[in-house]
Amino acid sequence: MNELYAWAAIALITLAATTGDVLLAYSMKRVGDVGALWRTRGLAAVGVRIVTTPTFFLGVMAMAVAFYSLLFGLSWGNLSLVVPASASLTFVANALAARIFLHEQVGRRRWAAALLVAVGVALMAA
Amino acid sequence: MTFRKYLVLAGITIFSTLGDSLLARGMKELGGVSLHNFSGLLFAILNPWVGVGILLLLAFFASYMSALSWADLTYVLPATSLSYVLVALIARIGFHEHISPTRWLGIALISAGVGFVAAGPSLTLVRHKADLPEPTPPAQDRPRALSQEAKS
Repeated sequence: MNELYAWAAIALITLAATTGDVLLAYSMKRVGDVGALWRTRGLAAVGVRIVTTPTFFLGVMAMAVAFYSLLFGLSWGNLSLVVPASASLTFVANALAARIFLHEQVGRRRWAAALLVAVGVALMAA
Repeated sequence: MTFRKYLVLAGITIFSTLGDSLLARGMKELGGVSLHNFSGLLFAILNPWVGVGILLLLAFFASYMSALSWADLTYVLPATSLSYVLVALIARIGFHEHISPTRWLGIALISAGVGFVAAGPSLTLVRHKADLPEPTPPAQDRPRALSQEAKS
């Protein structure tokens, strides 16, 4: 039963972390190139533009959900299962979500990178 | 990609690795924090390891947000996954932990993935002008990045 809970936590972590990453990436694209903005308008303008982007806070909240799911997941499952499984799945889920929601062109090169890193991360725990 | 942007990617990798390591070390010193002694969590930042760890993780978040403002999510995530390799190397060099052949294979695969994505374009996003409040001046590498993606 604990194993079922651990996998439920892994699914929740992956979902929340992917949602958070996609929302944060979307927000920062709306904000625009932070380096260029800093040079032309100053750091305060960058801060104002970030905190006035509502999806930024949704992204941070999703990341907080992912973090607390990780804490709960760790209380049910092993560190060596929960952390690499969720990290590995998040790489693949992010590639899918970025393609669907952010319209990023995930070509063969990007898929290869995402899959190699996902398998590599899973192996690191073995 | 300019040198400054590679520095930001390196910052993400290093800040997240060091931040996590310091936080883990500090929390081990403090011992288990449970819901019963919740106040322990509030005083955790007084531990120097935890305090510096949190500062480094804030630096990580700032550089991560900066990178996402000029590069694709599917570029930034694999490009900064060397942090997993860095953790293993810190464990090997700093704590003399043994790295099994399977973990070396994992290190090789992650490094190959980083090489794959880093050699490609950093931005493929099609910008919708109506969707953005104020378009920022395009970075130097964008036209080149888009033409590269079209070729592949």
